[in-house]
Amino acid sequence: MKTRFLKTTALAAVLAFATVPAVQAADAITAVSWGGAYTKSQIEAYHKPFEAKTGIKINSQDYNGGLAEVRAQVEAGNVTWDVVDMELSDAVRGCDEGILEPLPLSDLPAAPDGTAAADDFIAGTLHDCAVATIVWSTIFSYDEEKYPGGSGPKTVADFFDTAKFPGKRGLRKSPKVNLEWALLADGVAADKVYEILATDAGVERAFAKLDTIKDDVIWWEAGAQPPQMLADGEVAMTSAYNGRVFNAVATEDKPFNIVWDGQVWDIDLWGIPTGAPNKDAAWDFIKFSTDTQRLADQASWISYGPARKSSAPLVGKHAVAGIPMGPHMPTAPENFTNAIQNDFAFWADYQDELTVRFNTWLAK
Amino acid sequence: MTDATVSPVGLMTSDGVPLKQSLARAERRSRIRAMMLVAPLFLFIMITFIVPIIDMLLRSVDNPRFQEVLPETAQVLMEWEGGGLPPESIYAVMAAEMKAAMKDRSLGRLTSRLNFEDPGMRTLMFKTARRLNRVDEGPWKEAMIKIDDEWGDPQVWALMKRTAPAYTTIHYLNAFDLTVSPEGEIVAQPEELQIYGLLFWRTIWMSLLITGLCALLGFPIAYLLATLPTKTSNLLMILVLLPFWTSLLVRTTTWIVLLQTEGVINDILVWATILNDDERIQMIYNQTGTIVAMTHILLPFMVLPLYSVMKTIDPSYMRAARSLGATQVTAFRRIYFPNTIPGLGAGGILVFILAIGYYITPALVGGRTGQLISNFIAFHMQESLNWGLGAALGAILLAGVLAMYWLYNKLIGVDNMKFG
Repeated sequence: MKTRFLKTTALAAVLAFATVPAVQAADAITAVSWGGAYTKSQIEAYHKPFEAKTGIKINSQDYNGGLAEVRAQVEAGNVTWDVVDMELSDAVRGCDEGILEPLPLSDLPAAPDGTAAADDFIAGTLHDCAVATIVWSTIFSYDEEKYPGGSGPKTVADFFDTAKFPGKRGLRKSPKVNLEWALLADGVAADKVYEILATDAGVERAFAKLDTIKDDVIWWEAGAQPPQMLADGEVAMTSAYNGRVFNAVATEDKPFNIVWDGQVWDIDLWGIPTGAPNKDAAWDFIKFSTDTQRLADQASWISYGPARKSSAPLVGKHAVAGIPMGPHMPTAPENFTNAIQNDFAFWADYQDELTVRFNTWLAK
Repeated sequence: MTDATVSPVGLMTSDGVPLKQSLARAERRSRIRAMMLVAPLFLFIMITFIVPIIDMLLRSVDNPRFQEVLPETAQVLMEWEGGGLPPESIYAVMAAEMKAAMKDRSLGRLTSRLNFEDPGMRTLMFKTARRLNRVDEGPWKEAMIKIDDEWGDPQVWALMKRTAPAYTTIHYLNAFDLTVSPEGEIVAQPEELQIYGLLFWRTIWMSLLITGLCALLGFPIAYLLATLPTKTSNLLMILVLLPFWTSLLVRTTTWIVLLQTEGVINDILVWATILNDDERIQMIYNQTGTIVAMTHILLPFMVLPLYSVMKTIDPSYMRAARSLGATQVTAFRRIYFPNTIPGLGAGGILVFILAIGYYITPALVGGRTGQLISNFIAFHMQESLNWGLGAALGAILLAGVLAMYWLYNKLIGVDNMKFG
């Protein structure tokens, strides 16, 4: 009895030691993203084929963006995330602060026609510590049943016009996009928005415009919320990520309409936290998931534009609904007429101050 | 005669050890044994409670970034007497250290700290460090001013000098809606950035209101529990305890289902034609929502201590008062109610202290105007990453709670408090 106990313990100890190198060789990595329809598109287009090809399992985890969790993990020396889907401004800050690993970008696979990755990716979508996957956009959407027969809002100015278009509005609880839209609605041209927002008078003007709809706004935080709020009738129109609205329309037959005027577009990138447990496997995964075909595949699950130019011609129809995806991309020419590119340099400087000011404004 | 009195010193145990010594030894042994029994709990409290609080207090004044990233610059800046522009030597040290910090990617940790003080510092620091990489020799003062004339601005250097020391009071100043002007004086924040005074005040009055509502609602329930026959009171007790055992999140989301504009209560009011469809009442995602949901969630903390105290009040007191001619009201006011004070005090302080630090419920149902100070502490911990300010707000909240406790002790007396 006693010897058996000893044997089992010894065996367990040996196994425990034996599995340590096995873990380092990675049989599973943790990929963190924004959840909902977006994560589903990544699972279908990246995770499943990667698992089939390499046998490395991918554990998918959700978060609401921001650097806080990555930074907490790195500073505590207990990193559990291997690869994180993040916004550009966070990728830049994370890289500067040394909490993201620098990536050997020259290892990225070339396009099928031989174009080097550095030329194939849309300008500005490769970063020292992160590789872009998608171009996404914040748009606003309304329920067609509330404004039937083409009587719905058409511009950002209409979004701020509660007299002409009564009903509650949904906006993200963050100064980002809201301040840009406030200026746009107040008559500022799209290409002048950040210039004016960098002045005190411009910020004043943006908040004054937001004041006019303050009492009509319901604030959301997670990307899955706005389509739900529209569906519940909690709001008449809301800002949202274009892919989420598209998904509600394509797969759930919701009567939602997207207004592309004043869309604020941005990119999402994969980054690896410094000291990630399976760094090599994570980098393999990034290389795999950002090749031309994989990026095109993702676009058949959600209407976010691929970050590689060579992927665009390969984008086909929605995998379930069978709708051609091209016209629903933020980058489609007819959608792109009055677009603003999210200015990460502006936000890297002003985010702290404007967020405090925004929160103060909200709380009063 | 004199032989009969033995001095206490002379008392011996059977084995010849003085009694006093032997007794002390026995007592010491049992004290050590008691201490060893308590040790695990003591360690547990130290590690999970005391140490984090000390860490938080330290963090609220801690300012390590400058000294970590640019150690020598911090040193020379502290030695510099300030005013105007620093001498060439400081520019030179700073330029050399900024280059190094850029190379080992540590500069970002300092810029995020500086950027809290003055937006734009991040860009200035990175731009300068990047361009300095192409400059090999001085004079560094000229070189840095050429890169950006901000480096010729005494206010930037005043900010640098202020941020260099390892300890700072800026987080506490910010937590009281104050700031340091470019001239180095303590001034009020501009009005559009004043928020924490408002939030502390809101947290206190809402917590007091919730405590009052809990007392108002809990008193009759506790009274029924204590006076009804066992069979009925047991059933009532289950009704009190069942929500108490249910997850906080479930109870909060239930209130969302009930109170939202397309929710059950509004639907019923519209169906009963009390309201028109377009005048549904906003009952959640505001202060009302927070107050309703928190009162419901904290109610058991009032009912249970009240109940345990009321249970011990002898019914004969009331009968005696009535037989001596008091009316029902007078008997209640002069006899019954004063006896419930220990329970009311215990419940009140429990509910108030829980309410003042409440986080999840206001976050979910508070919307814009129902957010409390704890939501902003969480914001600084999780989103803005301004941990120093979050810690300072937490420390002020802790001091506030201790002050309330002291006040309570002065007014009512903590010894008078009965939890059960």
